[in-house]
Amino acid sequence: MDNSKDCSMYTEHIESGKRKVTLNLTVNGRQVVRDVDPSMTLLHFLRDNLKLFGTKEACGEGECGACTIIMDGNAVTSCIILAVEAEGAQITTVEGLAKDGKLSILQEEYIKADALQCGFCTPGFLMSTRALLDHNPNPTDEEITEALSGNLCRCTGYLPILNAVKSTVERERKELDR
Amino acid sequence: MDEKKYQSKYSRVGQRYDRKDAREKVTGQAVYTYDLELPGMLHARCLLSPYARARIVSIDTSKAKALPGVRAVLTGEDSDILVGLYMQDKRVLSKGETRYQGDVVAAVAAEDEETAERAISLLEVVYEPLVPVHDIDEALEGKILVHEDINDLKHYEGVFFPQKDSNIASWNKSKKGDLDKAFDESDLVVENEFSLPAVAHVPMETHVAIVQADPFSNKIKIWSSAQSPFTIRQIMADSFGISESDVEVHIPYVGGGFGGKAGIHLEPLATLLSKAAGGLPVKVRATREQEFNQLPTRAGMRGRIKTGVTKDGKLTGIKAVYDWDSGAYADYAVNVGKTAVYSGLGPYAVDNASIDSKTIYTNKVFSTAYRGFGHLETHWTIERQMDILSQKLGIDPYEFRMKNLLEPGFETMSGEVITESSGSPKDCLTAVVKEIGWTGRKTEEERQREWKTGKVRGKGFAMLQKAPAMPANTASSVIMQMNGDGHVKLMIGAVDFGQGAITALAQIAAQELDIPIEHIEISAEIDTRSSPYDWNTVASKLIFMAGNAVIKASREMLRKMKEVAAQALRTEPENLMHANGEVYHRHNPGRRLSYKDIALGYMYPNGTGIGGPLISSGSSIADGLTNLHPETGQGNPAAVWTFGAHAVEIEVDVETGYIEVLKVASAFDIGQVINEKLVFGQICGGVLQGLGSALLEGYKFNKDVQLLNPSFTDNKIPTMKDMPVEIVPIYIENPQLNGPYGARGVGEHPMISIPSAIGNAVYDALGINFHVLPLSPEAIALGIASGKKSILCTDVDCLPGLH
Repeated sequence: MDNSKDCSMYTEHIESGKRKVTLNLTVNGRQVVRDVDPSMTLLHFLRDNLKLFGTKEACGEGECGACTIIMDGNAVTSCIILAVEAEGAQITTVEGLAKDGKLSILQEEYIKADALQCGFCTPGFLMSTRALLDHNPNPTDEEITEALSGNLCRCTGYLPILNAVKSTVERERKELDR
Repeated sequence: MDEKKYQSKYSRVGQRYDRKDAREKVTGQAVYTYDLELPGMLHARCLLSPYARARIVSIDTSKAKALPGVRAVLTGEDSDILVGLYMQDKRVLSKGETRYQGDVVAAVAAEDEETAERAISLLEVVYEPLVPVHDIDEALEGKILVHEDINDLKHYEGVFFPQKDSNIASWNKSKKGDLDKAFDESDLVVENEFSLPAVAHVPMETHVAIVQADPFSNKIKIWSSAQSPFTIRQIMADSFGISESDVEVHIPYVGGGFGGKAGIHLEPLATLLSKAAGGLPVKVRATREQEFNQLPTRAGMRGRIKTGVTKDGKLTGIKAVYDWDSGAYADYAVNVGKTAVYSGLGPYAVDNASIDSKTIYTNKVFSTAYRGFGHLETHWTIERQMDILSQKLGIDPYEFRMKNLLEPGFETMSGEVITESSGSPKDCLTAVVKEIGWTGRKTEEERQREWKTGKVRGKGFAMLQKAPAMPANTASSVIMQMNGDGHVKLMIGAVDFGQGAITALAQIAAQELDIPIEHIEISAEIDTRSSPYDWNTVASKLIFMAGNAVIKASREMLRKMKEVAAQALRTEPENLMHANGEVYHRHNPGRRLSYKDIALGYMYPNGTGIGGPLISSGSSIADGLTNLHPETGQGNPAAVWTFGAHAVEIEVDVETGYIEVLKVASAFDIGQVINEKLVFGQICGGVLQGLGSALLEGYKFNKDVQLLNPSFTDNKIPTMKDMPVEIVPIYIENPQLNGPYGARGVGEHPMISIPSAIGNAVYDALGINFHVLPLSPEAIALGIASGKKSILCTDVDCLPGLH
């Protein structure tokens, strides 16, 4: 991740006695401008400010991957990133996966492979998978396992998830060939 | 499993439908209690006891109360409400003494989470630390009582047996035959001890409840991430002295449960806070740390077992003593203990046996139900013991088990007779042993040869059984109503927290009514105002009980439909058949009506209506169950047994102690597959949870009984990297004649006996018998380094040879 951003690029001001920073970013293709508390996490920004409740918190310390989103092409755990770090970023959340009223291949394959049970970890898995396949459209089983081993799931035993990712790879490849 | 492999004889039951809740879950639309916000909602934070056992000398709440935005601050001085599922032993807010380092000493409700947190930091509490009860042995000595008032605790009488002036929350017993004589006449008697630590359920959505307590009446509205809405209602009514109908419980999507969200947890605290805050809704959500150290665990257990056999391998007698480290409260743990007295010997036929099962209070994190409760633990004992017996007898472990497994005509521990309809343990074992390619144990020479390569392979297997652990009068019900478009609304009271129940129940309804599953409208969201009663969503009983209720409701629906259709078609209902969403005359199939033509009542061409909206219901109640005799444990506790077996192949790195699981073959006699995709999901998930217990997980306490590993950093659960290389599910379908389409439950079973199978495979690989879990790399490496052949404890302190 790009850590080179310095404080001077944020415009800080005081609003009702509280420090606020004006934040510009793109979320699921939509331009967003909001005043935020500089100590707010990106996860809370997405949920509390933008009301995008698909992204979940399950540990709050970057250990479980439930809050994974894609920021500038990389899968990141939004619970340990400050909202202000996303200044100027392109963000995709689970709500941004389906396009034009149609589920993405990835979502369809998760359903077909029964890669979810309670569903609480599912948005995080979908985003980690998306980021992996965007970087590496033909991952090996080991690469998939490596990329998804930061996401915890207590229900599925992971095998259906692995199957879903593999069938997504196949279908996306066919789609590209067409 | 390959989709082509499993074939169902039914058009809808047994088919691989996608789960009904999947679309909402892959798009982020599924709403969990965690996601809910209500107008005026306050957020709560708790102050937990920092000590396992301490006297609360004083609490100064003045600074917290003065903080702007704080709406309620509560301590034990404000409420004496007690809760408990089977033992009313837990104060919602501690007073006088704390009993574990997760006891709630004070709670705050504030306008936002940050303010609530700040208020907690402003509380000033003076404690006097007390000597805690560290473990089972200290607890049994009884010098310190975790509950001084144990003699007066209100409990479920006749089923649980708290012992006077002790730390024993319940002592359950079973016995049959003449054990002394059996041991005298045995060719070999073997005694062993096995144990395993407490582990956490780890639902990805932590426990969370929102409560709005109406200040002008007794009405309490609850939204909760819970498995048991009707149990919450009943316990809330008991504890708060109100009517069950005053309590309204809403269950949105639930982010995992595994037993940890059965019973009642944060709801009473949220209720007290809402009352104190003038009736505003209050959300109490456990942090991940609190999920580990405040919410309940699976109890640690120690099993001591003495078994007699003849030299040709016939079991003559078994004496088992199971001691459960329940921690500070009994919760479900007394029922876990009770289960052990009728299921704690596994699926074996033995004429002489006794089981003593004690649920014991200590000052650890308290415990509750966890997937297949009591069974993973007792099967760790019995199935390792079976393997050790076969080693000592020099008989192949498969042959040895086959000589002793239950068959039709044999009796279970509690004296129930097994019939052809009960399913077959032998079919399961034979299937997995074949799948794993078992040809007998490794010889010592083979081990030595492989050892030189640094990696040793081993195979092992283990049996399992479980029946729902539930009250003898457990009941389920469903309501069905036809919509104007001929679709059917199916209302249930059981909770689908990911296991796939709504999809499976919809398949049963679709099969009965012969309509597409897409035409069954069913929701995972439960609301006690409008959902029909279902005791609890636990015990793998949902499909068996609610499935039977769905069949009854469907048949009543069809009967009513045909009555109306008969009038409209001018015939007798007996002449009518149904198929593909239509009712037709059996002799003149041209005389037919679509379901939608009668759904809201049939209308004649002149506008006259008959019949009215079609609605039906179905109830089921456990059939012929009894409470167990308090001394002998004899009776009928099991509505439906599901038998199974796992066989595994592993590879042990003799240097690092790391175990790689190469293959797991799992067979269950489930009677009938309802949805192969969902069953496969239960098997994969259960097997991996079992591997968590086998290889990784376990609570660690310091000498002051404080939990050392309340986070994912130090309390690992399996990740994708811990998956076995191969999982082979095997479905045995010997039908249960009173099950829906012959089906039995299988939600919990895949987890049971995974540790036993791994432990047996470790013996095959290394020639070392481990008696304690988890079989972590550290444990295996230390075990190897110790040079011992039996490892009873894997702490460095227990293996003095290493120093």
